Amino acid sequence: MFEYAPAPESREIVDIKPSYGLFIGGEWVDSQGDTHHKTINPASEEVLAEVAWATEADVDRAVQAARTAFTTWSALPGSERAKYIFRIARIIQERSRELAILETLDNGKPIRESRDVDLPLVAAHFFYYAGWADKLGYAGFGPDPRPLGVAGQVIPWNFPLLMLAWKIAPALACGNTVVLKPAETTPLTALAFADICRQADLPPGVVNIVTGAGETGAALVNHPGVDKVAFTGSTEVGRMIARSVAGTGKKLSLELGGKAANIVFEDAALDQAVEGIVNGIFFNQGHVCCAGSRLLVQESVADEVLDALKRRLSTLRLGDPMDKNTDIGAINSAAQLAKIRELAEAGVNEGAERWSPACPIPERGFWFPPTVFTGVAQSHRIAREEIFGPVLSVLTFRTPAEAVEKANNTPYGLSAGIWTEKGSRILWMADRLRAGVVWANTFNRFDPTSPFGGYKESGYGREGGRHGLEAYLAV
Amino acid sequence: MYRAAQAGDRRHLPKKLWTHQPLVGLETVRPVGDAGEVSTTTAPFAEVASSNAALRAFLHGLPGVDRVGADARAAMLGTRSIKTTAKAQAIDLAISMVDLTTLEGADTPGKVRAMCAKAVHPDPTDPSVPRVAAVCVYPDLVATAVRALDGSGVKVASVATAFPSGRSSLDVKVTDTALAVAAGAAEIDMVIDRGAFLSGDYLKVFEEIVAVKAACGAGGAQGEHSAHLKVILETGELATYDNVRRASWLAMLAGADFIKTSTGKVQPAATLPVTLIMLEAVRDFRLRTGRVVGVKPAGGIRTTKDAIKNLVLVNETVGADWLTPDLFRLGASTLLNDLLMQRQKMATGRYAGPDYFTLD
Amino acid sequence: MSERLAVRKTYKLFIGGAFPRSESGRSYAVTSSKGDFLANAAKGSRKDARDAVAAARKAFPGWSSATPYNRGQILYRVAEMLEGRRAQFAAELVDADGVTAKKAGELVDAAVDRLVWYAGWSDKIGAIRGAANPVAGPYFNLSTVEPTGVVAVIAPPMGPLLGLVSVIAPVIVTGNTCVVVASERAPLPSITLAEVLATSDLPGGVVNILTGSAGEIAPWLAGHMDVNAIDLTGADADLAVRCEELAAENLKRVLRPPLDRIDWLADPGMDRMTAFLETKTVWHPIGV
Repeated sequence: MFEYAPAPESREIVDIKPSYGLFIGGEWVDSQGDTHHKTINPASEEVLAEVAWATEADVDRAVQAARTAFTTWSALPGSERAKYIFRIARIIQERSRELAILETLDNGKPIRESRDVDLPLVAAHFFYYAGWADKLGYAGFGPDPRPLGVAGQVIPWNFPLLMLAWKIAPALACGNTVVLKPAETTPLTALAFADICRQADLPPGVVNIVTGAGETGAALVNHPGVDKVAFTGSTEVGRMIARSVAGTGKKLSLELGGKAANIVFEDAALDQAVEGIVNGIFFNQGHVCCAGSRLLVQESVADEVLDALKRRLSTLRLGDPMDKNTDIGAINSAAQLAKIRELAEAGVNEGAERWSPACPIPERGFWFPPTVFTGVAQSHRIAREEIFGPVLSVLTFRTPAEAVEKANNTPYGLSAGIWTEKGSRILWMADRLRAGVVWANTFNRFDPTSPFGGYKESGYGREGGRHGLEAYLAV
Repeated sequence: MYRAAQAGDRRHLPKKLWTHQPLVGLETVRPVGDAGEVSTTTAPFAEVASSNAALRAFLHGLPGVDRVGADARAAMLGTRSIKTTAKAQAIDLAISMVDLTTLEGADTPGKVRAMCAKAVHPDPTDPSVPRVAAVCVYPDLVATAVRALDGSGVKVASVATAFPSGRSSLDVKVTDTALAVAAGAAEIDMVIDRGAFLSGDYLKVFEEIVAVKAACGAGGAQGEHSAHLKVILETGELATYDNVRRASWLAMLAGADFIKTSTGKVQPAATLPVTLIMLEAVRDFRLRTGRVVGVKPAGGIRTTKDAIKNLVLVNETVGADWLTPDLFRLGASTLLNDLLMQRQKMATGRYAGPDYFTLD
Repeated sequence: MSERLAVRKTYKLFIGGAFPRSESGRSYAVTSSKGDFLANAAKGSRKDARDAVAAARKAFPGWSSATPYNRGQILYRVAEMLEGRRAQFAAELVDADGVTAKKAGELVDAAVDRLVWYAGWSDKIGAIRGAANPVAGPYFNLSTVEPTGVVAVIAPPMGPLLGLVSVIAPVIVTGNTCVVVASERAPLPSITLAEVLATSDLPGGVVNILTGSAGEIAPWLAGHMDVNAIDLTGADADLAVRCEELAAENLKRVLRPPLDRIDWLADPGMDRMTAFLETKTVWHPIGV
């Protein structure tokens, strides 16, 4: 009866160039190789631009530029570095609509999320760490903590610009210079950020952006001129990096995969719990390392919660990410879609029951409907492996101790959720969950002041807050 | 007399406390306003009102509401972008849901007649504009409104029960209601006794609603006539969302046809999260009992944007079933002109000015 | 009348609060700095390491959930017990390192003082490393520190008592449990320390001590999937690289060996504690 008319965000205000080079030493330069990659809009498979894939020689040039810049950048008074970073924060705010559109085009996430979540957090992150640049002596790492040098940073495609902010803001605040490699499928906002650095008059070489795939990333991580490696991505790649830096003395921080339990007790605030479940796993198409991909629901309310969840999922709006009313956008790539499909098939084959709301899937692009698996056992692949897609595995429990045991029964330890109206139980649970972030009666909240990072195979080091400085200081 | 009769009827009914399972065998939806059978419409929960302790146990056994989560959900729904054809549809729907209201000490028959004219033809220059759902006045002006709206299809609603504070005896409240009904009011907007609610005397609130509901059906001069009962929770005085949910259930259990946020005399009035929680309550109530209850946010809804946000809330919380003036109303005094201005903008492509819309 | 023949001690391993021999049945001769035979020490094996990890894991829930006050008192108790055996340790250090009796006494004193220093940290590290984060929204946001879990510690070859105490205390004071590979060259004080630990109210399994070859045992610990972190302080460069590579398999937290020789008498700072702490951030809405 009340159908929302299409409300597409306009892409007129973004200016995408047909091809991009590398941003090295404050200049746009051509790659010394000749490999180029077309970055596409995953919602339409339309080619957006052609991007260079940096070679080892390109990476070397970028690291040299960063090394040269380090001398002066690290010697600048913190208050001066702060002002550059504040400038960057302001320019991001000024250009946030453009950046949100660019992010949505390149990534496939709904414009509502890039506009209301990603971009505000990006600006906030730079604003927060700008303020640290001249206060490092008060951060608890000694009176005059020193930067590490050149930071090689490799980021994923799920929150392209936000992950860039998480990496670059603290690095610069601490006096390091940066060579950053954005993900191969989502380079555009990082390239736009290069332009922001120019608008901010950031000294050349302080930030260098090299685009490319795994080989470029490996060249960066393994470059002997890099003093610090920061990586966000899969546990598999994280493992490789940890192995490769062994013996080099490079400082390493890793933010890797997760398989978070979102635990709903029978006395939960039900409507908000359902929202939390939805936000936990369907936010950003489930392309979230800390996604609440395992719903642990107390058996006594399992039916009621599932009914309410399914009713709520039926209202989710899947489709054009540029439509302001879209809740679920496109899967970022064909490869990711194949992986999600494979694991969903495994779920069916292992005997779990699959459910999705009736929702039309666009013809072009990469799409996967919101999916709920019930009757999932701890041993099923969908209960153990990170799917990184809009797929929820539902398990039940009887007692708080059983919930803790199941929640912790994973090699990961990034995040967890607790839903109960009983305060002492929240604290009891939070104490026992082996996870770096515990959301109680909320989920997927982020803030630059709040440390984020995992236990066990979810990685090490923290991003955000005072804790986030440690990864970029020689301490 | 109302209290004794109702209380006696309830006590023999079967015991069914709050349960997470849908209650079976309750598919029968009673016609709304079926006065005199109040207790049977909520038969599955009859036992919960057998004592204040039972009522308290029931209401405090409802799932809690997390304020921050509810606020976030309402805010997110507030970002829905309703444009072009959807906006046109929403504006007309909103106009048809307006309870055009005047509740001032300075109200006069002349003021009420002018408002009634506006209610029937919101924009005299454009007959395609739908009429509003109802006008809402004080009891002493009901007769004036009834005469002015005769045959128009616009209903007359009257506030009653010592509106807005509700601070009087039950007899006065019942008499107040009976007078309005006798004067021809099709709808009664009663207030609950917030003092009793906040002091934990839920049974008193319950029994007052039951009594007023009975008075709505008393007939008066028109015999068979029985008025629709809207129960105003005055959520601004209930303070917590948990209380809003409890008061919603209390009102529905006692026989409310509609639950309404506010009198408009207390701030905050109809906020989006409060309306969201009340919508969730009517949704859950239908699930448990099969009975359908309407929702009326009132107070503070001034712009088309506010109105459309409310419609989005309805659409995505309880669904299209509630997108009808029979089940959703917007209590407002100044909203209508903004809806008309937006409507004209959509029709002409030019921004409208207030001089072209009547102030009534 | 001839001098009384001394009753020698049999040096065994320390696992789960007990003193077993190596399951391998192996031992090796330990000599003094002058080359004289001192004793046979157990030569721990990979299976001993496995058993020690199991014991450390078993002890973790209890030890990590003990109150910091309780952990602090137990560490202080260890210091008391060590102080009581000052002469014995001093003699062992004279044998092991060839230091003068005076120097040996000072080293024992320093080890006692180090334990006292760390004991006091138990209920303070949380205040220093935790945070109430002022997030931009209606949320209470608290970061607290928690122990990483089971930590493998490759103790320094030099400093058989002070060095050893200085790597064990910071690991356990925050609630971790550990498996320590003692100095291969001078393992005897480590087993005497184990006797101190065993009589100090420290729950069995919190500290497990293996003597033997670090080169043989450390890689098994580095590759063990139920070990959460590894302190490579005592590993030589090649062993450290090998262990760091192995540690990547389950993303162990790695404390690399120092670039320079450590002065164990210097202020140790917080690094050895913070290397084996996780930060947990808890969010909760603020509303009525």
